[in-house]
Amino acid sequence: MRSYLSDRMGAALLMAPLLLFLVLAYAWPFLGVVKWSFTLPSPGLGQYEALLTDDLVQSVFIRTLRIAAIVTVVSVAAAYAITVVWVRGTPAQRLIAEFCILVPFWISVLTRAFGWVALLSNRGLINTWLQAIGFISEPLALVRNEFGVIVGMTHFLIPFAVFPLASAMRSLDDRVLLAARGLGSSRMRTFWTVFVPMTRSGIIGAAMIVFVFSLGFFVTPAILGGGRSVMIAELIYLRIFQSPDWGLGAAISVVLVLFVGALMALLFRYVRPNQLI
Amino acid sequence: MPTYRPGPVSLIIAAFVALFLLMPLLAVIPVSLTPSRMLAMPSGELSLRHYRALIEDPRWLQSILLSIRIGIVSSAFSTVLALCFSLGVWMFQPRFTAALVGFVLLPMVVPPVVSAITLYFLLTSISGFSSFFGYDTWLGVAMAHSMMTVPFATVLMLVSLSQLDRRIDLAARGLGATVWERATRIIIPNIKFGIVTAALLSFVLSWEEIGVTLFITSVNAITLPRLMWMGLRDNIDPAIAALSVILIIITVLVLAVRSFVARQRGGQP
Repeated sequence: MRSYLSDRMGAALLMAPLLLFLVLAYAWPFLGVVKWSFTLPSPGLGQYEALLTDDLVQSVFIRTLRIAAIVTVVSVAAAYAITVVWVRGTPAQRLIAEFCILVPFWISVLTRAFGWVALLSNRGLINTWLQAIGFISEPLALVRNEFGVIVGMTHFLIPFAVFPLASAMRSLDDRVLLAARGLGSSRMRTFWTVFVPMTRSGIIGAAMIVFVFSLGFFVTPAILGGGRSVMIAELIYLRIFQSPDWGLGAAISVVLVLFVGALMALLFRYVRPNQLI
Repeated sequence: MPTYRPGPVSLIIAAFVALFLLMPLLAVIPVSLTPSRMLAMPSGELSLRHYRALIEDPRWLQSILLSIRIGIVSSAFSTVLALCFSLGVWMFQPRFTAALVGFVLLPMVVPPVVSAITLYFLLTSISGFSSFFGYDTWLGVAMAHSMMTVPFATVLMLVSLSQLDRRIDLAARGLGATVWERATRIIIPNIKFGIVTAALLSFVLSWEEIGVTLFITSVNAITLPRLMWMGLRDNIDPAIAALSVILIIITVLVLAVRSFVARQRGGQP
């Protein structure tokens, strides 16, 4: 009995600091933000009503969903292609693929967004070269628009899509694929009818991660969108710091959390958490 | 035994993806060597003036030192908190463990912008009665960074604890070791590697944190990413290209060393 009690004391003492820290510095202030959304500028549901009626907010929500959907499809497809080589290539191919996945992964989001500015801006690499060879006379608008945002976000999110896909592809039994080939199926057919369906859980996991990340993305859209294609996260920033309307910023945050929470709940009905790493 | 290898079509598509992933990292190299004061491709001559600017302009050095200080403090704080929490979970396996771990991982799952507005609320509230710990102070930033990195540190610790053999701990317990002795003399020495990794990851995440930092700083606590952000938004400063090249080279070197060490370790069973 005594040891049971001291066990519980020990656990409580060890776990308390972090839990206390999170309650005081995260959960409590989040409730404060929720309070803002109901009380600023005047008490009531006014901010949530504005969310449903304000044209600007609506167009930002729709743009965010559209960009997130495009980015999800493109980055999962691209990640799939490079993951196949990373998991099942020859040792040399694997090494190169790993390098190309991990180097961008560890480089900060700012550096990567800046790299795209250097490539895509009016006096950037691509426009300079295209003009030098006489292919175009005026620079193409590749950045400060939705195209730039989609390119930058896809680049950021590909490595995150790679990990769940790699986990699914590693657990796949080689013999099934060899059996399909042995029975006379072509490479293409084996890939589409055996390989892809058997990695479905990885595809769902990767798509969910990328989609959830893109909904709350801030830095890349703010730099590559140049203030023209604003997404939800940047709208929250603008409502807090530029046209002070804390209540609306808070209300958008609450809706974003609820939406992401619902998506995560949906995700964990189909995929176990340990399949995502 | 024959294995199933990717065919030529897969290899070609993967090569395009690889090129796409490396392109922006390579693009900053020529920009960093431009003699122009604005973002442009060098035409003809190359210049190292933007690298010199990094050394000569005190703002860069100040923000680098500030980022290092914040990184060390926040990483130490989150590593200690995560270590205690994970030890509690592993040694005592309390009820509701799953719910508690889920709660601790929240800052990792919640969209960063929501964490940012939450921490903005917290720090501006603190600013009301404390001038050195609230909004736009380095301690406030370090605290916010701990919040953002502690879930990652906890995951790493729990993973390395899950690989530890429970029987060593049971033996120590059977021989009469106290909780303190079990933790400090049995468990912690066995998960040293996980603890160091967690501290390093927390430092790196704090070093490059920008989403939350933007919300909680204005003019005093200018970390390196915050300074880069300012240079990117207004008038693009090619010094950022020079800095990016240096950061990319460091990353590539660290990854190369790590993969070399892993290879050496794997070579001898």
